[in-house]
Amino acid sequence: MAFAAPNETYSGKVFEVTIGADKTAVFGGENVLPFHSFEGNAPHRPVIAYEVQDVPPEDWPETVKKVYEGVSNDPVTWAKYCQDTLNAQAIALRLVGTHPDRENRSPEDAAKTVKDVLAAINVPLIILGSNQIEKDSAVLVSVSEAAKGKNCIIGKAQEGNYKTIAAAAMANNHKLIAMSELDINLSKQLNILITQMGFDKERLITDPMCSALGYGLEYTYSVMERIRLAALTQNDTTMQPPMLADVGMYVWKIKETQASETDLPQWGSLAERGITWEAVTAGSLLMSGAELLIMRHPEAAKAVEKFIDELM
Amino acid sequence: MALTGVEIFKLLPKTNCKKCGHPTCLAFAMKLAQRQASLDACPDVSEEAKKVLGEASAPPIRSIALGSGDKAVKMGEENVLFRHEKRFVNPCAFAVEVKDSMSDDEINNTVDGVLNSEIDRVGQKLRIDAILVSNASNDAGRFEGVVKAIASKAPAVPLIIATGNPAAAEAAVKAVADKKPLLYGADESNADAMANIAKTHKIPLGVTAKGLDALTALTEKIKGLGVEDMVIDPGARTAKEIIEANTYIRRAAIKKNFKALGYPVITLAQRDDKMVEALIAVLGVTKYSSIVVLSSIEKWKNLALFTLRQNIYTDPQVPMQVEQKVYKIGEATPESPLTITTNFSLTYFIVSGEIENSKVPTRLAVMDCEGLSVLTAWAAGKFTASKIAQFIQESGIENEISHKELIIPGYVAILSGAIEDKLPGWKVTVGPREANALPAFLKSR
Ligand code: SF4
Repeated sequence: MAFAAPNETYSGKVFEVTIGADKTAVFGGENVLPFHSFEGNAPHRPVIAYEVQDVPPEDWPETVKKVYEGVSNDPVTWAKYCQDTLNAQAIALRLVGTHPDRENRSPEDAAKTVKDVLAAINVPLIILGSNQIEKDSAVLVSVSEAAKGKNCIIGKAQEGNYKTIAAAAMANNHKLIAMSELDINLSKQLNILITQMGFDKERLITDPMCSALGYGLEYTYSVMERIRLAALTQNDTTMQPPMLADVGMYVWKIKETQASETDLPQWGSLAERGITWEAVTAGSLLMSGAELLIMRHPEAAKAVEKFIDELM
Repeated sequence: MALTGVEIFKLLPKTNCKKCGHPTCLAFAMKLAQRQASLDACPDVSEEAKKVLGEASAPPIRSIALGSGDKAVKMGEENVLFRHEKRFVNPCAFAVEVKDSMSDDEINNTVDGVLNSEIDRVGQKLRIDAILVSNASNDAGRFEGVVKAIASKAPAVPLIIATGNPAAAEAAVKAVADKKPLLYGADESNADAMANIAKTHKIPLGVTAKGLDALTALTEKIKGLGVEDMVIDPGARTAKEIIEANTYIRRAAIKKNFKALGYPVITLAQRDDKMVEALIAVLGVTKYSSIVVLSSIEKWKNLALFTLRQNIYTDPQVPMQVEQKVYKIGEATPESPLTITTNFSLTYFIVSGEIENSKVPTRLAVMDCEGLSVLTAWAAGKFTASKIAQFIQESGIENEISHKELIIPGYVAILSGAIEDKLPGWKVTVGPREANALPAFLKSR
């Protein structure tokens, strides 16, 4: 019997999202499963944003902390380094210093940091809170205003605070990350709630919550895959925003990126292990449908770029 | 194509004798169509029917063993395209390439690396599964010598004999035939000779062709020559080619029951850049390869790939659980704090990770709640005051620690009084609701 290519045709399509004001980045837009350009359209590469923080990364493991030695004590220098030296296509500024258990910086401080960073770079900016529900609703409102007109991504809106954050992102013309915890139905519900406020669904980015390799990766992987199948095969428009994998934050806190080779000789070189862990986590989530990745180690990001080169 | 119940019925004796345990041949046929019965149950079925039905009811991807004995690896038998539908069945094998042009020292080092690659992770033993020996020297004598040397140094490790030269293949296979190596090398130019070797030694044959049309023609030809067990290589080398070919092969086999491509797939992932090699292996693990061939087996790369394979091949229907016990995190002393959570593995991973981040040595009591998270387990009546009290008492933890304070998750703050009532002399402290607040909580105590 002769082989006949078993192509699928899909009824749905992922929304195409453009971010940034000077230089822009575009992702999404495909009407096929990840990298299935052999049976449809996959017009854009996934985008990797380099993570910087408003406070020095003292809690990052040595492997990734030392890459940014000398630049990471100031978010502006750090962001410029990522853009100019590492060639980052986008920057993700995490305002972790606003967390009440950390430096507890005020929303006004955060707004100033955002303005300074925006003045120094021309690539798109993703602005993230500290993942503290109450504090984020104040901080993200203030930074949305500060970044008005810059077409940023604001995040993350969650069930407990989406109203204020979505309203601020809408008023200031930004894109918005909607995050829920590893459940396709919760994710769908949050997207619906946000769009019911009048927020354009084509300006959303879904974050189904990331997990590191070995620490629940398969949950994120399958939730993403199911969201993407719902978007494409059922033409479910509430599931058609592109997806985010916030990789670095989850990877660089687990044991495999911190335990020394002396303690665990079976695990091999710590530096390469950590970088591989981030690259493999990111690579897997590309296979399940992520179009936007936030990463920390430039070598991991560069390996993933080469992987994308080969896939496109 | 899978046969319908009526099509199967036409092949049965139609005597309704009930020996199969079903009231009629038709009822039995319906069960066969749903794969809920086995044809063996009918004693009177004809040889002709057996042949037709056997082919139609075989798993869409043929089951093939790589190697023999304890460390043999099962391949194939997959039923789905996406892991959330049903568990992926046979985890892909990782093989490392040894070129016979390498020096004996280099070869020995690599084989040692394979023998020492085993790692225990979450209760499973994971290792580099196989060695692919390639005839890069083009010298048949050298090839045979290297194959023999590896087989004697690593007798249990499955071998893949990689050459397109039938004379070199014959000599090497003959030397290790009892180990049931995979002979990887049949192509359009040598198919007859290679099929003959595989048939003579009863070993599986790796079949390679550029593109799926050519591959289909070739596997059909080789099957016609009497070789049933094949592993296929569609000639895909770049990531783009691999995802396309592997997706088409898996779909054709599962959705169309297309037998000519219903075999395990071998993927060559070797790259000069080791990080990129790891990522090509990610593609193989997630997208349908049964053998992924690597150029090197650094421990750090192995650990990441083993972990990924384990993650992707877990059963999505069974919530992952960890063992019920009191875990020590960091160098916990009798004075260290004692916390409790449920045995949903994700809960455990997140909570233990955050405790590790806090750098505060702590005991974490993990209670069996059938793999539910804290809130769900509480709502389902599995994480209640009396069950917690009973678990703490039976764990014997009282003898190991110098205090009687238990930190419970903030989500079940409501239980604190009731636990204190049931655990006389204990103090219950309410911890944070979310794990990410644990480091600050533990550090501030
Ligand atoms: S045993 Fe065979 S012949 Fe008898 S009823 Fe069952 S299927 Fe029919």
